[in-house]
Amino acid sequence: MSEHQITAEDLVLAYGDRVVADGLTTEIPAGKVTTIIGPNGCGKSTFLRAVARLLKPRSGRVLLDGKAITSMRTREVAKVLGMLPQSPTAPEGLTVADLVAKGRHPHQSWLRQWSSDDETEVDAALRLTGMQELAARPVDELSGGQRQRVWISMALAQETDILLLDEPTTYLDLAHQVEVLDLVDKLHADLQRTVVMVLHDLNLAVRYSDHLIVMREGRIVTSGPPDELITAELLRDVFGLDSQVLVDPVSGRPMIVPIGVRRSAPTVQH
Amino acid sequence: MVWRPRLVAVDVGLLVLVFLLVCLNVGQGDYPISVPDTAKVILGGGNDAERFIVWDLRLPRSVVGLLVGAGFAMSGAIWQSITRNPLASPDLLGITAGASAGAVAVIVFGGAAFLGTTIGVPAAAMAGGLVTGVVIYLLAWRRGIEGFRLVLIGVAVNGILLALTNWMLVIGEIWDAQEATVWLNGSLNGRGWGDAVPAAIALGAIGTVALASTFQLSALKLGDDTARALGVRVQLSQSVLLIASVLLAAMCVTAAGPIGFIAFVAPQVALRIARTPGPPLLASALTGAALVVGSDYVARVLLPVELPVGIVTTAIGGPFLMYLIIRTNRRLSR
Repeated sequence: MSEHQITAEDLVLAYGDRVVADGLTTEIPAGKVTTIIGPNGCGKSTFLRAVARLLKPRSGRVLLDGKAITSMRTREVAKVLGMLPQSPTAPEGLTVADLVAKGRHPHQSWLRQWSSDDETEVDAALRLTGMQELAARPVDELSGGQRQRVWISMALAQETDILLLDEPTTYLDLAHQVEVLDLVDKLHADLQRTVVMVLHDLNLAVRYSDHLIVMREGRIVTSGPPDELITAELLRDVFGLDSQVLVDPVSGRPMIVPIGVRRSAPTVQH
Repeated sequence: MVWRPRLVAVDVGLLVLVFLLVCLNVGQGDYPISVPDTAKVILGGGNDAERFIVWDLRLPRSVVGLLVGAGFAMSGAIWQSITRNPLASPDLLGITAGASAGAVAVIVFGGAAFLGTTIGVPAAAMAGGLVTGVVIYLLAWRRGIEGFRLVLIGVAVNGILLALTNWMLVIGEIWDAQEATVWLNGSLNGRGWGDAVPAAIALGAIGTVALASTFQLSALKLGDDTARALGVRVQLSQSVLLIASVLLAAMCVTAAGPIGFIAFVAPQVALRIARTPGPPLLASALTGAALVVGSDYVARVLLPVELPVGIVTTAIGGPFLMYLIIRTNRRLSR
């Protein structure tokens, strides 16, 4: 089990004068995969940024093991909590190995810049994500799915108990989305990391999460395990989506089937 | 960070090149001295006459040249790394133009007063560079610094400052304007130890701060959010580095005028020789030093008419960068 605990206490988040989220209070279960879902612009990425101390809350606090995260040394936080921002870009020509090695930054100092520990962690991260063979390739030459795996490797090399992922599956096709999420699942199952992520695809969120936080218009509507949470009613209230919730034949979890304007009858008509 | 044998080899190679260029440059003049003899004198040998010619007459000029080249290049490497944009160098963003405008203001309006040239010009150049740096930073800041926005604002500010400088030259006394024009082209003429020593101290101090920050710089290159997630205090490190970079550029402008293109070209040349993803700080500095000292040799010896060094650096630097970019593209597309 991950021994570190994150709690949000009455967060108010704003960009300049524009308040994006208000009154966010929640506890992130340790050692579990938590996914924040909600319609576009509901403040879920902003919330994740605040948890990662990339955004300073206007009021309220994010607590890491009971201490306000903004009062801790940012380097110490970086040893416990890693964050993969939304669609990050690597400098042109930077190799996979170099980028992943940057994950060791919080464990290094100007005097002690590279050690065998670092080497071991970088190798392990590359092996876990299956990127060893591509270690010498420039990141900008890789495909979208490979690139995402490299960034996740960097976050892994940081060796943090808590890993925050902001839309790790953006721009990926379904097969690669599943691949990335399988990797996340492995981190949680094999290494007992706490994972918090933002996802757009509701069915994948349900499938891969132990805990969901549902947001709408800058507020947390509800949170809990997907089985209990996901109902046609919730989807209508939060997303304005008419749907049927069935049982996923593969996972046994809820599966959302949207009801759009265009639909086919159970039997095919010509 | 990671052990890079190629980068170390490039650094050593460049260091040797700079030394040889200094020897070559110092050896040339009314009383020519060969490169090996010059090297011997610089390393402590030679007779009294040679020592006088090399140490007292000729060396300061080359030393100012190499310091200024290194300073401009380092300044450019820092801006380019932080903004992740090769166009964001102090000469294109208007920082050297700001330092120049400050200096020209003192030359034109301050008259020939003693205080005006020895203290007033450097102080005004510093102030001009810093104010410009702060102004473009504030104008470009929007929840962080974004390279493209910074370049647009910098180019505009650069234009305004060049116009201001021209205006001062037009309304100023003809003699002052003449003096200012030579200096504005970037010149090493008549530089002595009195110029070299203060420049060396200032560049040494600021350069050390900059080199010590390369560790943070390597994380800053990944973007603000990623750097912050890795535990870097982004605002603080950026501010320290950018202030150091502005001071470096202003110091160089004070010592030799706004020598064109070095801050922009040297880091880009260095990263292509060393094949590193971003501009390597030390290799950039050495490349800048080699470019300025080499250009000074061209300006003094190879050309029929002796030109200010800045004209030569611009003429050499531009095409050389284009050559490197084309060659790199060819290699990638093959």
